[in-house]
Amino acid sequence: MEIWQFFMQNWQQTLELTRQHAWIVSISVIIAMATGVPIGIWITFNEEAAETILYIAGIIMTIPSIALFGIMIPFLSIFGHGIGTVPAVVALVLYSQLPIIRNTYAAIKSVDPNIIDAGIGMGMTRWQVLGKVQLPMALSVIFAGLRVAVVMSIGIGAIAAYIGAGGLGRFIFMGINQTYGAMIISGAIAVSLLAIAADILFGYIENRLVSKGLRS
Amino acid sequence: MIRFEKVTKIYPGSQAAAVNDIDLEVAEGEICVLIGPSGCGKTTLMRMVNRLIPVTSGSIYVNGKNIMSLDVIELRCSIGYVIQQIGLFPHMTVSDNIATVPKLLKWDKRRIQARVDELLNLVQLDPVIFRHRYPRELSGGQAQRIGVARAMATDPPVMLMDEPFGAIDPINREVLQDEFLSIQEKIRKTIVFVTHDIHEAIKMGNKIALLNAGRLVQFGTPEALLTSPVNQFVKDFVGADRALKRLDLLKVQDAMLKNPVRCYDTDEVQAVHQYMKEKELNYLLVCDSQDHLLGYVNHRDIIDHYGKIGDRVKPMTLTVSPKRNLKEALSKMLSYDIGILVVVDDNKLVGILNTMTLAAVVGQTYDEQGGRWGKITAGGRIL
Ligand SMILES: Nc1ncnc2c1ncn2[C@@H]1O[C@H](COP(=O)(O)OP(=O)(O)OP(=O)(O)O)[C@@H](O)[C@H]1O
Ligand SMILES: [Mg+2]
Repeated sequence: MEIWQFFMQNWQQTLELTRQHAWIVSISVIIAMATGVPIGIWITFNEEAAETILYIAGIIMTIPSIALFGIMIPFLSIFGHGIGTVPAVVALVLYSQLPIIRNTYAAIKSVDPNIIDAGIGMGMTRWQVLGKVQLPMALSVIFAGLRVAVVMSIGIGAIAAYIGAGGLGRFIFMGINQTYGAMIISGAIAVSLLAIAADILFGYIENRLVSKGLRS
Repeated sequence: MIRFEKVTKIYPGSQAAAVNDIDLEVAEGEICVLIGPSGCGKTTLMRMVNRLIPVTSGSIYVNGKNIMSLDVIELRCSIGYVIQQIGLFPHMTVSDNIATVPKLLKWDKRRIQARVDELLNLVQLDPVIFRHRYPRELSGGQAQRIGVARAMATDPPVMLMDEPFGAIDPINREVLQDEFLSIQEKIRKTIVFVTHDIHEAIKMGNKIALLNAGRLVQFGTPEALLTSPVNQFVKDFVGADRALKRLDLLKVQDAMLKNPVRCYDTDEVQAVHQYMKEKELNYLLVCDSQDHLLGYVNHRDIIDHYGKIGDRVKPMTLTVSPKRNLKEALSKMLSYDIGILVVVDDNKLVGILNTMTLAAVVGQTYDEQGGRWGKITAGGRIL
């Protein structure tokens, strides 16, 4: 009841923070996708690079987010962006790399070699096989990686409020400072709802894009 | 049409040649079966034709042109390719799968669609039902038919088929083989066909190339392999039951007794009866004036009857077409326990087949053991 009251009194701010939060996550995931998918594709051609890149991406994932923000402050301060949206986006992009690269790589690799052989044997170029066969077949697993990245980014994005990036994390941190329970819980609920909404949205897009022939 | 000249393949990192100095020519419009034990180099030899595997030395000519002088994509687009695992694209509909090469060659949409329907009809699948299906919605046999249709999409003069029916159960395999042979009768492609099943080789091949450890052991017609194997390896490979395998090779029309005796539906019953009595026939075939088979009459059934034979005729349900092979005919005779099979072509009576004629055909060439004994007849104790 208290939470509902809090929300009724602060709905404008809630919406504004949700918008900020969604924006940071969207930008991050778009950048992460634009880098992660091509890297994932590239390393299917280069086994040595694959090992190294997946290893690095794996290490980044293990760094606690607070620590990562901390590490970045001195670096990004050089460009005058030690705190605020930029370090938040950079961190989310980095965190998103592992699920996106790994899933892209694994999905493309898992395409039955006989199917690729059939394509090449019929006169497709390596690129045509990639574009017309491997990628469409890998799409649903790549999407699964994106979904993980988005949901994870929404969660970590809440912590980004700590370095002044805004977003729903503000409620949580302010609530902790003021020991204002309703505020903390409202923030947490809003973050969760956002994550669920994003997941549903991605599920819908995936359904539209992935061929019916691949559903079991 | 396809010529291999001193073709050798040594895979990197291996000392032994997977394909060793092979000379082979596949004539236009013929099916050349590559057969041999596992690992003998069949697939390797076949895949060198469309340059999926580079040759180590020697040359391959397709339609008189050295394959190395051709653009590799053009070469592959002009060669139909079917593999055992079928390799249909699971995310594409049947129609898009078949249209793969036409799309690469940028045919216009209408032409592609017309061609897809034509091919589906050719492989006996209704376009209305199958066009929009996905591979996962097909049975194994249907999927393999689509695989074949896809390979024929641009009507390539040459086709490579690596164990195309290998993954299909024996009964459906027979059906697919028959279907494919009847298609081949119309389209007359030059085909390299890999199999490890000697029955399939005998049935499908105009020529058979038997390989062992990368070398060509014998090349010739199925008949030649069965009747004059060049060495013990060939003998063992085709099997001790070569005589029976010959049944695969021969058609009913090669063995049947042509123009068997018959009567006509307009004949008088008593005249026919008289004839049967004289000739000691228990049964007699009945035709109409166009020689269409109507059935048969039993001697006992007509003894006391008058009028026309047409009223006494019993239908004949078990017949065989002259185009079927003798193995099928024999298996029909054995499974229905009948000593005679009537051969009917388009409803017309053309001959009969009985166990004697079958044995004669098989015995003709296979008297290695039995022949010297001469003909042993029935009769029991002789002295
Ligand atoms: N990519 C490869 N690298 C190295 N050796 C290979 C390769 N492919 C095949 N071989 C070897 O070459 C030989 C011929 O292989 P190939 O696949 O042509 O045999 P096959 O006659 O088709 O056998 P199967 O009936 O089992 O399909 C085998 O000894 C095999 O181990
Ligand atoms: Mg093989």
